[in-house]
Amino acid sequence: MGLQEKLRREARTLADKKEAKATPESKAARAAEGRGTYKAQQAAATGTSEKKRRVGTKMVPLPSDYIVPERDAYLTPALECRHLGIDFGGLHAVENFNLTVGKTEIAGLIGPNGAGKTTVFNLLTKVYQPTRGTILLDGMDTAHMSTDKVCQLGIARTFQNIRLFPSLTVEENVMIGLHNQVRCGMWSGIFRAPRYWLAEREFHRKSLELLDVFGMADQADAVAGSLPYGAQRRLEIVRALATDPKVLLLDEPAAGMNPSETSDLMDNIIKIRDQFQIAVLLIEHDMDLVMGICEGIVVLNFGKVIAKGTPDQVQANPQVIEAYLGVQDEEA
Amino acid sequence: MIERIKKMGRASKSDLITYALVAAAFIIVQLLLMNGVITSSLRGQLVPICVYIVMAMSLNLVVGISGELSLGHAGFMSIGAFAGVVAASALTGFIGAPIPRLLASMLIGGILAGAAGFLIGIPVMRLQGDYLAIVTLAFGEIIKNILNNLYVGIDGAGIHISFTSVGALAMDGGKVIINGPQGAVDIEKLSTFAIGFALVVFALAVILNLVRSRSGRAIMAVRDNRIAAESVGINTTKYRMMAFVVSAFLAGMAGALYAMNYSSIVPKKFDFNTSILVLVFVVLGGMGNIRGSIISATVLTILPEALRPIADYRMLLYAIVLIAVMLVSNSTHLRMLIDSLKARLRRDPDDDGPAGEAPEGGENVG
Ligand SMILES: Nc1ncnc2c1ncn2[C@@H]1O[C@H](COP(=O)(O)OP(=O)(O)OP(=O)(O)O)[C@@H](O)[C@H]1O
Ligand SMILES: [Mg+2]
Repeated sequence: MGLQEKLRREARTLADKKEAKATPESKAARAAEGRGTYKAQQAAATGTSEKKRRVGTKMVPLPSDYIVPERDAYLTPALECRHLGIDFGGLHAVENFNLTVGKTEIAGLIGPNGAGKTTVFNLLTKVYQPTRGTILLDGMDTAHMSTDKVCQLGIARTFQNIRLFPSLTVEENVMIGLHNQVRCGMWSGIFRAPRYWLAEREFHRKSLELLDVFGMADQADAVAGSLPYGAQRRLEIVRALATDPKVLLLDEPAAGMNPSETSDLMDNIIKIRDQFQIAVLLIEHDMDLVMGICEGIVVLNFGKVIAKGTPDQVQANPQVIEAYLGVQDEEA
Repeated sequence: MIERIKKMGRASKSDLITYALVAAAFIIVQLLLMNGVITSSLRGQLVPICVYIVMAMSLNLVVGISGELSLGHAGFMSIGAFAGVVAASALTGFIGAPIPRLLASMLIGGILAGAAGFLIGIPVMRLQGDYLAIVTLAFGEIIKNILNNLYVGIDGAGIHISFTSVGALAMDGGKVIINGPQGAVDIEKLSTFAIGFALVVFALAVILNLVRSRSGRAIMAVRDNRIAAESVGINTTKYRMMAFVVSAFLAGMAGALYAMNYSSIVPKKFDFNTSILVLVFVVLGGMGNIRGSIISATVLTILPEALRPIADYRMLLYAIVLIAVMLVSNSTHLRMLIDSLKARLRRDPDDDGPAGEAPEGGENVG
């Protein structure tokens, strides 16, 4: 191979690299215009000349789904999902799910039964690994992390079908939530080193403090499985809070609660947000709760986002009304 | 003192009762020994009883506290037994006094068994479900077969190991410690009831302290609900492994003590039947109930001996007792009856916990 040939190749790769740097824009364009049209454009562009600066690129504004409270506008969003999706066999359970939750936003995720809401939570907490897309938690990519890792990074949740540690006491449940907040190794535990007693005191103090958020400190010694339904739901929230999250995911927190419990819960969710300065994303079928406390709402149907906006915008959206009325027809 | 006990949580109170029970049993046995009331056959059972108590408690850590089914607990016992015997011989020159030598051998047996537990755990703990049961079952059988073909001797040059025959050891004088299917031979009988009792107390303290600590709560959290445990940031693999290795370690120590209670011991002793026997102790005593394991291991080890006078009906009675206990502990009606009786008995003004919720105190979770 001649020297000139070699040099020419080198120049070529340099040019390629320059092109690679342009990808953020091209990605945006792809998202905006859809794959097919963009590819056609690209073919046209590359057809003219590879080495020259591309002149015909059409620049478009990226349609943004950023709707966050004004107070959070300049802060890193607590949670961002980009083109998130998962398939179960042939079923696209969630498809192209985009969402941004502001740093201290209370956001709602609603939709008819089987829409894929819980599946979104399972994707966010990595119970399922997404088939497509990215999740950014406070700006950090959570790709390939396990459930316990993303929890340590700052995502906590409750479950639609309650998952407490039923044979343990209320306080022990919260202590387990504090697992990564207070440290004490196995050896200190087995030999009851001074470290152990310090840690246990810390566990006790913090768990009572957290239980106090819901006024449950007096039930600390009760067995979790024996609590009434509403109290179990509250305990799950306390346990999730104990992990010191940046985002709190609540899956139907008001299910099975009576109206007065639900209204207490609404106050408490706002109180938690104000006290801990965290974001809350909640799934709920109780529209009074959703419209009452959520600042931004996403509506999901058959795994796809069909509407997004403030409570007023969502309520007025014809597609949303149809999705919900359609379901009512089926049930009737 | 009494004030302090009153202030304690229900869990610590329950632990205290367990320690008191063990101490009382030791004192009673010592008194009986001094008065010569205990028959010689029962006296021979004292060390095995301690061993089986430790075996049952340690298996309960895996089955009851960690919620995994292990069917090869005798395998860890055998590793401890044979490693302990070899260690005791090898250490003769370094540690003259029998008790420290026994303790050192038990420690070595325990560490080797724990290491074996760790090695098996690496592949298995990544999986969920019944894999552990299958793998531990296979492990028990494999260890038995390896030990059946193991020849170990010791001479001036050190320890010789072979997997073919005694001849292959190429010994220069010295003595054969492990002789293939004949097992460990010419064992120096170092075990005593006092050491057995000490091991019971040690194992009890290790398990109860672990259970009441951050690590123990994580282990129970994984058992109660794996997904919830992961969702609060617990590395489930790590804590299942922790319970499994600690359990194997304690079983190894018990195995070493057991072997040095006899003059010879064969690998066949630690087969599947022994694993199941220990599992029966755990199930009868109650999953996760350490005190129950102690009681059932004691009673079920003594029972066959105590029933010797009615030799013909011995196994029949033993079986009937087993079935009866199973029925009682699995019948919801009988259980409710017992719970309500217990609640009535213990209704004292200081106990403001809701009655009948945790019938066996904080540690019963079965
Ligand atoms: N592990 C899974 N394997 C196969 N399909 C699944 C799995 N999990 C969920 N699905 C399917 O995905 C779809 C969405 O389920 P999901 O539980 O997310 O609904 P949801 O919106 O939470 O409904 P609901 O309001 O009833 O709680 C359903 O059709 C469900 O059957
Ligand atoms: Mg759901």
